[in-house]
Amino acid sequence: MARESAAPPATTAAEGSQPLGGAGEPGRRSWLVGGSRAIASWLGVVPFFAYASLFLLIPTGEIVVQAFRTPSGRFTLSNVAGLADPQALSAFEATIKVSLVTAVLGGLFGLFVAQAALRDGGAAWIRPVMVTFAGVASNFAGIPLAFAFIATLGSTGVVTQLLSRLGLHLYAHGFTIYGLFGLSITYMYFQFPLMVLIIAPALEGIRKEWREASVNCGATTRQYWRLVGLPILLPSLLGAMVLLFGNAFSAYATPYALSSGYINLVPVMIGEAVNGDLASNPQLGASLAFGMIVVIAVTVALYAVLQRRTARWLR
Amino acid sequence: MAAVRGSARRRLPFWSWFWLAMAAVYLLVPLYSTLQFSLSVGPHRYGLGWYSYILHQAQFRQSFLLSLRLAVETVLISLVLMVPTVYWVHARLPRLRPVIELISVLPFVVPPIALAVGMVGLFQGVPWLISNTHLLAFAYVIQALPFTYRSLDAGMLSVDIATLTDAAQSVGASWRQTLWHVILPNLRTAMLASAFLTIAVVLGEYTISSLLLFNTFAVYMQQVGTSQAYAAAALAILSFFLTWLAMIGLFLLSRRVGYRRAVAMTR
Repeated sequence: MARESAAPPATTAAEGSQPLGGAGEPGRRSWLVGGSRAIASWLGVVPFFAYASLFLLIPTGEIVVQAFRTPSGRFTLSNVAGLADPQALSAFEATIKVSLVTAVLGGLFGLFVAQAALRDGGAAWIRPVMVTFAGVASNFAGIPLAFAFIATLGSTGVVTQLLSRLGLHLYAHGFTIYGLFGLSITYMYFQFPLMVLIIAPALEGIRKEWREASVNCGATTRQYWRLVGLPILLPSLLGAMVLLFGNAFSAYATPYALSSGYINLVPVMIGEAVNGDLASNPQLGASLAFGMIVVIAVTVALYAVLQRRTARWLR
Repeated sequence: MAAVRGSARRRLPFWSWFWLAMAAVYLLVPLYSTLQFSLSVGPHRYGLGWYSYILHQAQFRQSFLLSLRLAVETVLISLVLMVPTVYWVHARLPRLRPVIELISVLPFVVPPIALAVGMVGLFQGVPWLISNTHLLAFAYVIQALPFTYRSLDAGMLSVDIATLTDAAQSVGASWRQTLWHVILPNLRTAMLASAFLTIAVVLGEYTISSLLLFNTFAVYMQQVGTSQAYAAAALAILSFFLTWLAMIGLFLLSRRVGYRRAVAMTR
């Protein structure tokens, strides 16, 4: 398999080298030689663009096409109009809410943890241990993460039983790991470590001299953060939180395994619509997927605007 | 904590300890609980029963081998596709770098479940493709693309590609020889880093494989989870251990060359 796909880049690279050798060929006009060299250069990236088209760009386009097409192939707006259906609306609302809350809270938590792990004065081992652990935790998502939280805070979970032995009966007070609140607690497990990883380089970019300069001018720690530290960090903070939002927004495996599909989130709804059972409805799946892409696109655009604002403000 | 304030040496203040302790609790308690779940073979009895039960399941072996094979395929296809591309862009088409970078981060923007819907729609009419496990590896290359691109790009930036290329070609090396004998050895760390991240991604991937109806490791795990919570906990520990292995490999690499950027791109 890998051998087959090994062929295209290698041959194009070889093709790219041939016109080089022929560049000095007599009888060719120079603009033509330059042209063929340029074309040869472009050939080197053809495999990448072909691959990205086939497995990323065209499938994405296919979602848009399907969202506006009837099963018989005609243009229609009724699929997208179906997004106004109460179930779809509440799914979007719940998904956005969970993503927003875990992006902001996970982002802040991750920021504090990263700041604590990176500041000087701490033991030297804290930093590498924290970064490695964050790498593991941010990748420990999906199905096993759901199992881990069922084992912790599920109805027979270890922490649930420990607390009930101490007299606090979580499930008697309406708590459940299988709902939106429980899902948010679970998402935090990958959200805040991801924040630690993203924000660590930005925190390291803050120079000690800035702190010292503000202290020399008589600034308190709070003033330093409000007037110097946070404004510098703001663009990276916003960018990281957008990434966290998208991360939670597109999560499918964790909510599915946590609630066996009972939590009504957009990805779970898509899974139900497309997974070939009797009620399978690919048009609904496509229009929901289209809606997800629109939400993400709006988020990224919003971020771009904010980014430009803060960048201007920094200057 | 109050004693710390007066000491001449700067130490971590209370709030730093507080946040680090919170993080440790958040990260470790679910692990501990899962471990305890996976080891409980009866009321107040502990043992490795669930682990041996899983290891003897034919379905476990099949699904795990499939995911392992997919991981290897994904790593190979990723490197064969991206190493020449990133090299070519650095050496010959620097103008194109922003475009390649933009496409490479797109998989962050398009949710995997949406991409899976698009792929089902697109390849449904091609039965030999839609039921072929190799299709999954091709889809995973896209999921791993942000990491692959970033770590190769960082690797190319850290060595002086232009000078190396000029030097190789001034002694008569072809493009292919330059890539194979000069550039590749310098990229070993970058390639290993992206391989570790790719393996971590592929071994846990559920969304695309479940929608395309393949029985990968994560799909098997989900099926076990619906009926056997204790066996599922053992699988979760196993999966966590594999993620650890990949990340420790990455960490050792980062110590070797200061490859922090690669670690920072884990998602």
